[in-house]
Amino acid sequence: MTHRRLAALLAVIAIVLAACTGGGAATSAPTTAPGSEAPAASAPAASEAAGEPVTITWYHIQNNDPGLSLWKDLADEYMAAHPNVTIDIQVNENEAFKTKLTTLLQQGDVPDLFQTWGGGGLRQQVEAAFVKDITADIADWKDEINPTALAMYEVDGKNYGMPFDLGLVGMWYNTKTFEEAGITALPATWDEFLAAVQTLKDKGEVPIALAGKDTWTGAFYWAYLAVRECGQAGMDKAVLSGDWSDPCFVKAGEDFQKLIAMEPFQEGFLAAPWDGAGSGAAAMATYNGAIQLMGQWLPGTVQANSGEARAMGEGLGWFPFPGVTGAAGDPFDGLGGGNGFAVGKDAPPETIDFLHHLVSLDSANRWGALNSGILPTTNGSEASTTDPMLSLVLEGRAKAKFVQLYLDQATTPELGGAINEAVATLYGGDGTPQSVVDAIQAAASAQ
Amino acid sequence: MTSISSARARRLPSNRLRTWAGIALFLLPAFALYVLFVIYPIAQAARFSLYDWNGLEPLTDFVGLANFERALADPVFRGAITHNALIVVLSLAIQIPFALALALMLNRRFRGRGILRLLFFAPYVIAEVITAIVATLILQPNGLADHFMTAIGLGDAYHPWLADPDTVLWALFFIITWKYFGFHMILLLAGLQGIPRELEEAAAIDGASRRQAIRYVTLPLLGPTIRVSVFLSIIGAIQLFDLVWVTTRGGPVNASNTMAVYMFDRGFVRFQFGYGSAVAVILFVLCFVLALAYQRWVLRRDTEGATTYG
Repeated sequence: MTHRRLAALLAVIAIVLAACTGGGAATSAPTTAPGSEAPAASAPAASEAAGEPVTITWYHIQNNDPGLSLWKDLADEYMAAHPNVTIDIQVNENEAFKTKLTTLLQQGDVPDLFQTWGGGGLRQQVEAAFVKDITADIADWKDEINPTALAMYEVDGKNYGMPFDLGLVGMWYNTKTFEEAGITALPATWDEFLAAVQTLKDKGEVPIALAGKDTWTGAFYWAYLAVRECGQAGMDKAVLSGDWSDPCFVKAGEDFQKLIAMEPFQEGFLAAPWDGAGSGAAAMATYNGAIQLMGQWLPGTVQANSGEARAMGEGLGWFPFPGVTGAAGDPFDGLGGGNGFAVGKDAPPETIDFLHHLVSLDSANRWGALNSGILPTTNGSEASTTDPMLSLVLEGRAKAKFVQLYLDQATTPELGGAINEAVATLYGGDGTPQSVVDAIQAAASAQ
Repeated sequence: MTSISSARARRLPSNRLRTWAGIALFLLPAFALYVLFVIYPIAQAARFSLYDWNGLEPLTDFVGLANFERALADPVFRGAITHNALIVVLSLAIQIPFALALALMLNRRFRGRGILRLLFFAPYVIAEVITAIVATLILQPNGLADHFMTAIGLGDAYHPWLADPDTVLWALFFIITWKYFGFHMILLLAGLQGIPRELEEAAAIDGASRRQAIRYVTLPLLGPTIRVSVFLSIIGAIQLFDLVWVTTRGGPVNASNTMAVYMFDRGFVRFQFGYGSAVAVILFVLCFVLALAYQRWVLRRDTEGATTYG
């Protein structure tokens, strides 16, 4: 073996390695350079007046039509009206986006405008100083936005995000089953709800479809009961301070246990995913479950799992999660979540104006008219949604003065996972209301 | 410059230099890739495991061995270890003997032998995720198993096994066995075919029964293959992930959690990258120690002589 050959081989390896690493850097460079260079090159106020070219990098997750086209149209319209602004749209699928964003943030390539769900995830990004405080920037027009929704993107009283969608978890039910069981008045309190479950059981129906494999669905019950028992003050305190010792959380577990003790769930519910074959939605679709506690997306999921037997929303009804008599929480408070946008720390000032355009009444009405499951949060846009199922959810949302963000998003993924797991021991294992709270507290304290 | 050095190498044909250059040349590409894709990630995981880190913030919250203490004290992780151990024991006690029996049977001449070999091996070819999805569809209420058992009058014996914390591990083991017995069968069959038929014939002439011939001639000669089969089975059971993640995601209520599922859930679902890395390190050390020990004490006889020195 000669040295020349060895040298040649080394050179080849070096080239291959350089190509591997270089490729990664090359793909990410264009997305960041324009956005981060722009503000440095031009004084914030001057850039728009002078019409200096600005690029806004925008990451969203509406990767299917009609949402994909609507976002593109809105961006095109904005660019037509502001010739100096270029919007660089980056579309990623939901899960792919989370991975992509994590990578971008780790590299320090913060997009100018990007998808956020608020809550603990947003707080982590804020604490890592990736997100711009937009409190002052939106002060002039934030009254146009549903305050309940806006509050979900606040961190320590400051605005770090702008919602464009807020959905609500509620009780979906098969209207036919309720009629046959003679349930005419929809349950407004937890006791009435338990009585309705008993009536359904007596008629030989499976009262509740639950997707036990996806533990977040079971955790909805506990979380909603906690919202009822603890109220906004109690929830805020626990979520923000990590102190879950208020007895109201044990009470929530006790309320849930009353339901579990009735064995209201479909056969094999512990292995049922929320979507697909053998799922909770499939149980609803095939009348193997009368009620399912789920978000506004359920009608679409039921349709997809019905084997074309049911059209969108066919035979479905909706009512708000029942109130708990004598509890601290308002009976119309909600549990839900939605989508919004956060502004990157180095975003050009035009980003705020573009964001305003995205959540303008006109844009919101166009979103609503699509009836795609996005429930716009701009005040006055409610009527644009015409789908009867989604309108029911919107009516419920209008009554809610406070909407608790899904607990696994309001806290951290870590604590959220622990909550889902702990609640599952109530309906799938030998957990007690106290042991559930103990497990949650242990996870919260460990952070 | 290269021409000078190569000319010198030609002028001074040092055998030792040539040998080392050759070794380096052959090792270097593999070594570079190995460092990049194996050693470096392991080192990174080991480093992350000492931090409380969610993957976003800078890596500053050094916690020492706290992640390891927490994992080993967590009843869920301990449960996962027990589940892995149970799968290992069941695999060795049931799966391998079953595969061995089939291999012995299929090593004899009879009609349809080829088709049976093919059929038994087929499940191994199917991707693990596909296996998991199909098994879920078969075992769920109103699924194939439910309908079939009702049709033959055993409807009462049906049970949603995957949905019951008490039976889920057994159901999973059944699926694992279904998928992997064919692989072990083929391994053992290959081993059996390497054993000269004359030896068994000689035993028969000496008056050994068929059973004695198997016990005292075939099995000892099949030893190396069995030991490899056992090794693969153990490592496979310890790393068990795909099948569990797709069928049950470790549930119901952690009843089918395995170490790898626990690691994935904590790391990539709950974004506890520091803690997840600690679990990964535990899993790695466990596999590594086990593999080394097995090589050292069990496979030693088989690998001796396989390596050439000098």
